[in-house]
Amino acid sequence: MFGYYLDLAVRSFRRNRVLTALMVLALGLGIGASITTLTVLKLLSGDPLPHKSARVFAPEIDPLPADSTTKPADLWRGWGNIMSYTDAMNLLRAHRAERQAAMALTPVKVRPQQAGEHPFFSNGVMTTAAFFAMFDVPFEYGGGWSEQDGEDRARVAVIAAELNDKLFGGKNSVGQTVRVNDHDYRIVGVAGKWAPQPRFYAVSLGGRGYGDGDAVFLPLQSGSADKMNPQNVNCWQVADITSLETAPCAWVSLWVELESAADAGAYKTFLSNYVAQQISLGRFHHPEVALPDLADYLAQQQVVPSDARLQANLAFGFLLICVVNTVGLLLAKCLRRSREIGVRRALGATRSAIFAQFMIESAMVGVAGGVLGLVFAELGLWAVRHQPAQYASLAHLDLAMFALTFVVALIASLVAGLLPAWRACVVAPAPQLKAV
Amino acid sequence: MEIRPIISTLRRHKLTATLLTLQVAFTCAIVCNVAFMIANRVQQVSLPSGLDENVLSVIHSTGIGPDAETNPWAQHEADLAALRAIPGVESVVAVSYALPLNRNEWSSGTCPDKQALDRAMQVMSMHGTGCIDSSIYNGSPGLIPTLGLNLVVGRNFLPDEYVLGQKTPPVAIISQALAHRFYPGQDPLGKEMYNGAKSPIRVIGVVKTLLRPNLHGTGTNYDSIIWPQKPNSPGSDYVMRSAPQNRERILKAAKAALLKVNPSRIINPKYTQTYTQIRAEYFQRDTTMIGLLIASALGLLFVTALGITGLANFWVGQRTRSIGIRRAIGATRGDILRYFQTENFLIVTFGVVLGVLLSIGLNLLLMQHYELPRLPLWYLPVGAGMLWLLGQLAVLAPALRASRVPPVVATRSV
Repeated sequence: MFGYYLDLAVRSFRRNRVLTALMVLALGLGIGASITTLTVLKLLSGDPLPHKSARVFAPEIDPLPADSTTKPADLWRGWGNIMSYTDAMNLLRAHRAERQAAMALTPVKVRPQQAGEHPFFSNGVMTTAAFFAMFDVPFEYGGGWSEQDGEDRARVAVIAAELNDKLFGGKNSVGQTVRVNDHDYRIVGVAGKWAPQPRFYAVSLGGRGYGDGDAVFLPLQSGSADKMNPQNVNCWQVADITSLETAPCAWVSLWVELESAADAGAYKTFLSNYVAQQISLGRFHHPEVALPDLADYLAQQQVVPSDARLQANLAFGFLLICVVNTVGLLLAKCLRRSREIGVRRALGATRSAIFAQFMIESAMVGVAGGVLGLVFAELGLWAVRHQPAQYASLAHLDLAMFALTFVVALIASLVAGLLPAWRACVVAPAPQLKAV
Repeated sequence: MEIRPIISTLRRHKLTATLLTLQVAFTCAIVCNVAFMIANRVQQVSLPSGLDENVLSVIHSTGIGPDAETNPWAQHEADLAALRAIPGVESVVAVSYALPLNRNEWSSGTCPDKQALDRAMQVMSMHGTGCIDSSIYNGSPGLIPTLGLNLVVGRNFLPDEYVLGQKTPPVAIISQALAHRFYPGQDPLGKEMYNGAKSPIRVIGVVKTLLRPNLHGTGTNYDSIIWPQKPNSPGSDYVMRSAPQNRERILKAAKAALLKVNPSRIINPKYTQTYTQIRAEYFQRDTTMIGLLIASALGLLFVTALGITGLANFWVGQRTRSIGIRRAIGATRGDILRYFQTENFLIVTFGVVLGVLLSIGLNLLLMQHYELPRLPLWYLPVGAGMLWLLGQLAVLAPALRASRVPPVVATRSV
């Protein structure tokens, strides 16, 4: 039966070639636009640490002065988990979480050792020892530095594989030195490919939200001693920013990894106690603390650009209109075929057979629309990749999206076919035959 | 034209007519809002900066090595001389890093007078004190003519008013927007501003327009101040003025000239740009969005026109016989044409009425989620007019086909 319905559908399409083509084109456009924007949205709202995002938390405290008349909650929520060096170090050294790391981003000048090579700027991260284990950074050679190295302000560094290729031709460079901001840093490790998307740890530090990983990692204390400038400094009082370690400025972010998500309550209590203690010392004035997990933190920081969401909504609006359009055209087409339906009914076809026939016809429009939609989606993503946006190079259609295209296409066309098919199957055969 | 027969026909095609009405309504709602979004973005993208952007280009250089820190200004002077010698360069200035739309902002709370400063110091906040977070620009002598800023009141800086590096100068030039916010209804010249707890800064001039390095929102985008301060750190931006067509060549020559003066520096190709590129880069997301919005609006209109034409075609086919009968009993071709046009007009009108309500609803939704302003009401009649026109254009071909149905069809049995 199925084959016969297919044959009937093809015949019906042949009779109205232009109209069928336009229907498929409209549906394809709608599906292509939806899949393109959905792919981008999915890419932008991905989970950067899939295995442990529920156990990684961002402690947030409020250092603002007591009588700041603006709504402080809004202000410090906007800052996210950045805090002063003093507070970050106090919380870090308390060792109340399984792992904890403080960090800041800094642009670094790297000068190659070979003669004739020009120096260049690279992206640096000043951080503490647990960064690599907490964020699952893989190593090609060597490893991270120890906590003691950090406390000693040792000039040690981890470089990314890409920089290692550029400076040392990809060979094991552990033990060599890299010249960073006119200081020699000893390489202790070469990190493998590591670029979580979104770059959650960079968001509150003034870094890009998406894109390539960073090139140089060095101890926070050492970088600070060598006067490397953090990318984002927020001061809440008139401050001497030449001595950032003691200034009333937030520029270090803190992340903690807990043994399980259930420990968040205990850590939050510790955080509250710390803030209470600082209030009694006169340093702090607001007792509010927050401890969002990674997903909540990304939502709170509004990492996904609102344009991407707007585009997706727009694409679905477009698809909706395309579907309404298809319903109208299919309906008109099927009403015109009342006589054919009457003949089929009179010859013994049941209502469900007529219904099935028309649903198969619209499903075929859907599948064709899906194939065309896939072409449009690939075109759309190709266009996205050629945009100078941060996430451009990551926009690719994956298998799940490929499958989703057809699911969307089939659902859209079946929804569109429902009403015409129903109208077709309730056609009373007798009047149609009488007219002949 | 008799409307009753049209209505009674439409009643018999309730479902299809409703679907078409719905499609027109959705299209009207989306297209009105999309058009409004496009207008907003276009306005954003074309915000004037106050600079002669089409004659400016910028090159960034950072000195490295131990010598770079010792006397950066001397290095900048040597660099400026070398850049000035490039044929085609009319003038060149050095700025620390901040320029309109280049995202490198130096903003600082500035108070219009001593009382405001005292209030701000007391509550340790600028809120409600009259002090305003403003962007500060600096640069070597000649900044105002090189950038092409329009000095509307007062005078330019004198050579002895310039300070070096981190020092605060005694005088400043402010933007007209900031002058209005600081000293409403007063003459800003000679007023003393305060930046932190230091000595006062006297206002000696007002420039008409000067956009900030980052946009902060309507009403604060032009709060800028120029300090007579020569850059004195290893990194600096050099702004060169030249004929528009020479800019690309001059940027290449500038890189070579700077490396010749002193090779131990980094010239980041990312920050070697004409001003046109700086603006394009700043608004890159908006321009992409404008393109997408236009494409989707056109796509929607196209699909809707397609729907109208398709349906009208079917209706003409379905009614060939009745059209023939009408022609046979005296209807002219024009009558038939007008019949289909009126029918379309009625459907689109229903759709537009519903669409206007939907537009307002959609706008309220967008205002909630995307900080879009309220849709000006005049968009609605314009949108409605456009859909009427679209409907008439889409129905024209099928209606003409209908009008060509010969009366003899009435006598044929199918």
